[in-house]
Amino acid sequence: MNNSKQTVDKAAEKKKPMKPFSVHMNKDLQRRYRAEKWFQRSGIAAIVIALSFLLVLFASIIGSGYTAFRQTFVELDVHFNQDLFKNENIAAADYPAMIKDSLRRTFPEVKERRELKSLYMIVSPGAAFSLQDMIKENPRLIGTQQKVWVPANDDVDMLVKGQMKASEAEDNRRIKDDQLAWIEKLEKDGRLETRFNTTFFTSGDSREPELAGIWGAVKGSFYSLLITFLLSFPIGVAAAVYLEEFAPKNFWTDLIEVNINNLAAVPSIIFGLLGLAIFINFWGLPRSTPLVGGLVLTLMTLPVIIIAGRASLKSVPPSIREAALGIGASKMQMVTHHVLPLAMPGMLTGAIIGMARALGDTAPLLMIGMVAFIVDIPGGFTDAATALPVQIYLWADSAERAFTEKTSAAIIILLVFLICMNAAAVILRKKFETKW
Amino acid sequence: MNVKSIFLASALTMTLMTTGTAMAARDTISIVGSSTVYPFSTAVAEQFGKTGNFKTPKIESTGTGGGFKLFCGGVGVEFPDMTNASRAIKDSEKEKCVANGVKEIVEVKVGYDGIAIANAKTAAPLKLTRKELFMALAKEVPDPAKEGQLIANPYKTWKEINPELPDAAIEVLGPPPTSGTRDAFVEMVMVTGAEEFDFIKAMAKSDKDKFKAVSETVREDGAFIEAGENDNLIVQKLQANPKALGIFGFSFLDQNADKVQGSAIEGEVPTFEAISAGKYPVSRPLFFYVKKAHVDVIPGIKEFVAEFTNEKAWGPEGYLADKGLIPMPDAERKQVAEDVAAMKTL
Repeated sequence: MNNSKQTVDKAAEKKKPMKPFSVHMNKDLQRRYRAEKWFQRSGIAAIVIALSFLLVLFASIIGSGYTAFRQTFVELDVHFNQDLFKNENIAAADYPAMIKDSLRRTFPEVKERRELKSLYMIVSPGAAFSLQDMIKENPRLIGTQQKVWVPANDDVDMLVKGQMKASEAEDNRRIKDDQLAWIEKLEKDGRLETRFNTTFFTSGDSREPELAGIWGAVKGSFYSLLITFLLSFPIGVAAAVYLEEFAPKNFWTDLIEVNINNLAAVPSIIFGLLGLAIFINFWGLPRSTPLVGGLVLTLMTLPVIIIAGRASLKSVPPSIREAALGIGASKMQMVTHHVLPLAMPGMLTGAIIGMARALGDTAPLLMIGMVAFIVDIPGGFTDAATALPVQIYLWADSAERAFTEKTSAAIIILLVFLICMNAAAVILRKKFETKW
Repeated sequence: MNVKSIFLASALTMTLMTTGTAMAARDTISIVGSSTVYPFSTAVAEQFGKTGNFKTPKIESTGTGGGFKLFCGGVGVEFPDMTNASRAIKDSEKEKCVANGVKEIVEVKVGYDGIAIANAKTAAPLKLTRKELFMALAKEVPDPAKEGQLIANPYKTWKEINPELPDAAIEVLGPPPTSGTRDAFVEMVMVTGAEEFDFIKAMAKSDKDKFKAVSETVREDGAFIEAGENDNLIVQKLQANPKALGIFGFSFLDQNADKVQGSAIEGEVPTFEAISAGKYPVSRPLFFYVKKAHVDVIPGIKEFVAEFTNEKAWGPEGYLADKGLIPMPDAERKQVAEDVAAMKTL
């Protein structure tokens, strides 16, 4: 021992330059300050880089998506001609003919068949359905003349929003010169304007961009997440409580713990495959429904909730447990009366974050048939439905130019939901968390 | 006691749920299959749902192969009623269908889809042949120095293949092998291009596997870039890189005529007219298949098929043509419509 100390001293002597103590200390201090500064700066740089990525992402999405919240409409003088309502069923009346008739009256100079066809292209094919809805609501309109604002075709919409340039050569535009002239005339007469796009928030999917909406997808996501929450939260909490408070510590519980941690890291498409094999092929549940979607997402979120639940149970100090047991509470009373209420905010936070992850995931839904074209808005757990991220995926794949802005708009909506959920998690934690 | 009752209750609900749904009839048509036919099928479905007395059919985009797999799964409400396909059904798929009890299938040809080989509008339009495309994109090409020998593709620029082509690096963005568009491109461009060489063509008879490997293998040295299934993405990438070529469906060319232009293949530019007249060489028929056993069980199948094969949908002036479907010639449309109305099976 003595020997080794000597060698250390010798080595230190060799290294040490013979300088006054204060100078040496100053230099060392400066070096440490410098190192500290660099450390902090690199941290700040990392945050700045991350934030700038986020900013670019938000800017590009919002920049290309905000236009989707407005929609071009055209005003038509529609004559609800009595002759066209011969049929008993008012839904079967020839509404497209009424639209065509009013367009012909607006532009009486257009006579030729081909020209007429391109004239009709100015309004959306969905215009006829808005007339149908009007008549359904108020059959007394039959026989009258009404001013009706109907959605313009998606190409017209793109032109008005400046995403299709009138300065391009005619061959390169989907709106031809004659149509351009008609649109200009409509604009001059105040018969063409952009308004807030309510359709986008109230309708389901459509092949016509001007008629497509996200409500069907939002409801599909809602039903799926409701199932997910109702199943995964109680099961997750129960599992966490048992594992943390009651389970003996042995090989089997260790095995379970390892498996739960593993499951949390499994790619979500695997859960989709599992869902396909068990829920659809074995149990025979209907494809493409929020019921199956919710079950699959439950499998995906369960490990997350269990892990978060156990962590928040662990953070409840043992003194609480001991005090409860000490005054004669049973183990179950100790858990339900004291530990669980104290751990609840953390568990809810974990659940919300798990749900947010489930809201944004498409991969498992691919396998169970929720990536589908569904126009009707789902009314329950067993109606065919899609989900928000799936809707984004489907629109991103569509050829029509107008779907680009719809895609971005749907992403904005999804981001808003995600931000709300994550903010709720933060607020819950801040508000109810007990500091020990 | 509590735990026991909870278990019992959940077990009971599970059984109720499963038996309940398995027995329930379906009132919505279920369609699966090709993503190429999807935009047309969905357009018909929407029209059908909004104007008729039936619910809007549910259409999944699973790809042609995936669609047949589901479709041939069996007969019953849990299996789809129709499948869309960007190629005709294969014999192996037919056999699988029959093995699972799907014996009567009605084939409906709906029209054509062209595959465009396009570049950005800012670059000069190209004139290509399928032979040149094969030479540019195959993994192994005939050795120019030695007759009848294959070598790893040495061509780096288009000019090396044909002096009239620009002196630009070969860079082609295309769909991955899972895509039906890729299958069609390989079949119609690569294989046909390979057959221009006599000794490769002779291989088709002598050594089928070798022929397949030579004609269908795309080079992997970076000249062909798999750009994913999303055709919009390819259009964007072409704009950013005017030297590159892209392979995608005609409807995307039609929608983005201000950004990209189709190259002429063997002198024919991909236009609506050229494809419908059968002049543009890279076009393929599109189909959907109907399970006859479902026709009177699931409401609306007959009506849906009638809507699809209606002139106002698939005719030259119909709404599917607006979506980019290339209609069949008049006589063929009439023939198919008659066969379908009679539910003629394969």
